[in-house]
Amino acid sequence: MPSLKDLKNRIASVKSTQKITSAMKMVAASKLRRAQEQAEASRPYAERLDRMLESLASDIVNKGPAPETLPKLITGTGSDRVQLLIVVTSDRGLCGGFNSVIVREVRRIIQRNRAEGKTTKLLCIGRKGRDQLRRDYANLIVHHFEDIGRPRLSFNHGNTIGTKVLELFNAGEFDVAHVVYNKFKSVITQIVTVQQLIPLAPGEPKDDTIGSEGGAASIEFEPEEQKILEALLPRNLSFQLFRALLESAASEQGARMTAMDNATRNAGDMINKLTLNYNRTRQAYITKELIEIISGAEAL
Amino acid sequence: MAEMVEFELVSPEEVLVTQLVDMVVVPGGDGDYGVLAGHVPMITTVRPGAITIFEEGRVTDRIFVTGGFAEVTGERITILIEKSVKVDKLDRAVVEQDLKNFAEDVEDAKTDDERGQAINKLEIAKAQLQAIVDAAANH
Repeated sequence: MPSLKDLKNRIASVKSTQKITSAMKMVAASKLRRAQEQAEASRPYAERLDRMLESLASDIVNKGPAPETLPKLITGTGSDRVQLLIVVTSDRGLCGGFNSVIVREVRRIIQRNRAEGKTTKLLCIGRKGRDQLRRDYANLIVHHFEDIGRPRLSFNHGNTIGTKVLELFNAGEFDVAHVVYNKFKSVITQIVTVQQLIPLAPGEPKDDTIGSEGGAASIEFEPEEQKILEALLPRNLSFQLFRALLESAASEQGARMTAMDNATRNAGDMINKLTLNYNRTRQAYITKELIEIISGAEAL
Repeated sequence: MAEMVEFELVSPEEVLVTQLVDMVVVPGGDGDYGVLAGHVPMITTVRPGAITIFEEGRVTDRIFVTGGFAEVTGERITILIEKSVKVDKLDRAVVEQDLKNFAEDVEDAKTDDERGQAINKLEIAKAQLQAIVDAAANH
């Protein structure tokens, strides 16, 4: 029979753990709100950037400057042999399966690429993903970033990563780039998303009416389309990475909130069980002592 | 009252300005241009410089931007930028100091990359100084 003192200590320790997890849950909740607001605030820019790219794209389709004059970022290198994966994970743990699902997806893609005879390279953002991938794929990691988004995520972070990716692209290090991140759907659901960045994946083809309505066809460009694209595409790359970082940050806090909520509940269950156990044991001790007294008295 | 044009200044992090104005003068990649209501639809790059906003025939605001893109439609002008600061918040002494520092950086740069970055910064500082001078001249 465990001693009463041991049980008491265990209850106390589980209680203090519970306090920590419930505090972490509340911290995650407030960080989540901030991350969501930030993601919300970036939406107008995204809409307008998309609109501009769309106008440019439909103009190029209509007027058709020769494809070979277009920047490589949109046309690709004409090969898909070397694939770059930009893996967005968190720097900190205690957020449930948040990082594991990303790593699992990355492993799956690496296997698939191997089967197809393609080479994969990894660019890791966040310590956790890198730590997990380093075990098996250390030689594939070309670069990594840590402490992104601390104390506050800003466009500069997206820009830093974007510049690095461009540098690698211009050096001919890879042909196709994808970013893998958790898209925020709700506090309990995060969706692993693989988005193609280079060459720029054409968005949903809009119906053909754009040109005939006279909207896109009559837009003037200054300087010419190619020059604008050359400036716009790197910006778009950085911005898409920034969006991925924002989504990932919101997802991380959501995942942590759920994980900590579960942990708090489990701790509560455990405390209930231990308390029951403690009371039973105490009762048993009292009964035992009573029996001893009574049988002692009867023996007299 | 003339027709107004809607002016939007948007950064990746937030919408900075949305207001109805008479005219906006934008430092375009190929030269400055003014936008009134009913302007021909157009997409341009924006070089580092001051965006000037006119209301009722007077300059009401000057905003310095480090470059970006502008989309003009008949009723709206949208400018996508990364960083902006009001011209009257720029400090001439600081900008001149920057100018000196970046000029040195350009000379000290060891790699082409470093030099490119330093030249970019220098261009921005030059444009800032120009914006301050212009603003002072028109007051």
